[in-house]
Amino acid sequence: MGELRLMKGNEAIAEAAIRAGADGYFGYPITPQSEILEYLMQEKPYETTGMVVLQAESEVASINMVYGGASCGKKVLTSSSSPGLSLMTEGLSYLAGAELPCLIVNVVRGGPGLGTIQPSQSDYFQATKGGGHGDYRMVVLAPSSVQEMADFVELGFDLAFKYCNPSLILTDGLIGQMMEKVMLKDQKPRRTMEELIKECPWATTGKTADRERNIITSLNLQSTIQEEHVMKLKAKYDKMESEEVRFERISCDDAEYIFVAYGSSARICQKAVDLGRAKGLKLGLLRPITLFPFPKGELKKLSKQVKGFLSVEMSLGQMVEDVQLAVGCEQKVKHYGRVGGMIHSPDQVLEAMETLIIGG
Amino acid sequence: MAKQQIFNQEIIHPDNLVYKKTGLLTEKALSYCPGCGHGTAHRLVMEVIEEMGIQSETVGVAPVGCSVLAYEFMDIDMQQAAHGRAPALATAIKRLMPEKFVFTYQGDGDLAAIGTAETLHACNRGENITIIFVNNGIYGMTGGQMAPTTLPGMRASTCPYGRDVEIMGNPLKINELIAQLPGVYFATRQAVHKPANVRRTKKALRMAFENQKLGKGVSFVEIVSNCNSGWKMTATDANVWMEENMFPFYPLGDIKVDGEMIKK
Repeated sequence: MGELRLMKGNEAIAEAAIRAGADGYFGYPITPQSEILEYLMQEKPYETTGMVVLQAESEVASINMVYGGASCGKKVLTSSSSPGLSLMTEGLSYLAGAELPCLIVNVVRGGPGLGTIQPSQSDYFQATKGGGHGDYRMVVLAPSSVQEMADFVELGFDLAFKYCNPSLILTDGLIGQMMEKVMLKDQKPRRTMEELIKECPWATTGKTADRERNIITSLNLQSTIQEEHVMKLKAKYDKMESEEVRFERISCDDAEYIFVAYGSSARICQKAVDLGRAKGLKLGLLRPITLFPFPKGELKKLSKQVKGFLSVEMSLGQMVEDVQLAVGCEQKVKHYGRVGGMIHSPDQVLEAMETLIIGG
Repeated sequence: MAKQQIFNQEIIHPDNLVYKKTGLLTEKALSYCPGCGHGTAHRLVMEVIEEMGIQSETVGVAPVGCSVLAYEFMDIDMQQAAHGRAPALATAIKRLMPEKFVFTYQGDGDLAAIGTAETLHACNRGENITIIFVNNGIYGMTGGQMAPTTLPGMRASTCPYGRDVEIMGNPLKINELIAQLPGVYFATRQAVHKPANVRRTKKALRMAFENQKLGKGVSFVEIVSNCNSGWKMTATDANVWMEENMFPFYPLGDIKVDGEMIKK
């Protein structure tokens, strides 16, 4: 069934959250993602599905409201853009430490500092290597279309509850702001309290006579216990690496040179592949869909077949480090990308491939 | 001989039992310093929850500070918040489960320094929650540093020559501040160092939870307490010092009742 609509990426996230049966959204305005909160306030899901929507006093409060809601086993999310994500990283660390499922959306803009409000991909390190303090990881999903913005909301929630861990959608101002057609799923009912307690017996829903009290904390003053806890977290991250890797191969079968790009840059590289192929260059694109876990195995496999990789990101080169680690020293790996809110064109990307990799 | 008088075995039998620990405090020994008011405050909160019969409907939020481990002692579902963020957690818990009773238990550094924004805005939104605020004028857990509530001239490890208000600013009377907000229905300041004060505090806590039952908005119960370790005094000296110095600056009594400011 579903419903076909023309929507902005940000709006698709908001609508998909309602339809996924989310229990609550807590957020704070920041460009270029304010449409998520605006759309929800306009739609008033609290009058239809019963989903709570609240504008918090800061990103710090938003992420801690998410912590409070997630601790009750509720399906809760927040969204922000780069400077706001920096403020949320304390909360992300607590959420990961306390093993709480939730969904975070980062509609990235150019940094550092207040930077710019234009699109960028310069928060890759923050998203995939932790960001907050302590050893932790999140499943990081990178949509490259408005359709995927909608689809990854439910996927993000599913993975969050599967692993009892925050999931992050890492997108950017370009996909957040652009309009495309999107097939929306039918409305899923929000879970009843009975269903919630069955799925999340650990949740703080009030201590009943039939169970011990539930405590949500990330504190273990005894280091021996904390070490055990961190090793338990590691086992989850290892499981993510073996079970959750997602990627898309575009024209890779006969390719001699491969673009590696996610999100907006993948869209641009897809065009560059076509332009290159028209010139007789055997180009392909590997698009990581999960940035953590990263498709290391697929890159390793491709490195036996091709002559070089160009990592294209709107950053000074962050994902390129993961590409280099996956490929090793056997193949040439370079980075190309515009920064500070500037977007590379397909021609620029193709030229970079020709000069840095093919002729370099 | 004195010991025999206190533990007169002949009168210790069930018929003479006049006091027992509430069943909602766990068997875990309190981690607080001997003489500290936190133990009494914990007991009163749990007694009120037990007497109202709302154990299964209550979710508490513990802070960062001396009471970071409150969840070890309270036999209810609890969450432990990042430093200062308890009112944000409580906001979400209450909004997502309006039928539950939700309270935060916070110290002065947590509530009135790092968490000022969360405190103020939860109060301003009129969240239907209970905030329990233990004010001892010092950071106890980290070893006696200056708090937002440290008195002028009072010594702490980060103001070893006494709080100089010219340099360090004035202590913050956050209760008087938040009481001005329409979202706050009940604001009171109590103590737990003497039996009469203990009784008054318990009455205030009961009123705070009853207000929540009626959906009235924020009930804010401040408990001015001692920190004999941080103040570097004996427990009895600390209580005398508290009466002579803390109470004049933080006067006990109701500040706002049933949404109306109390005229002084």
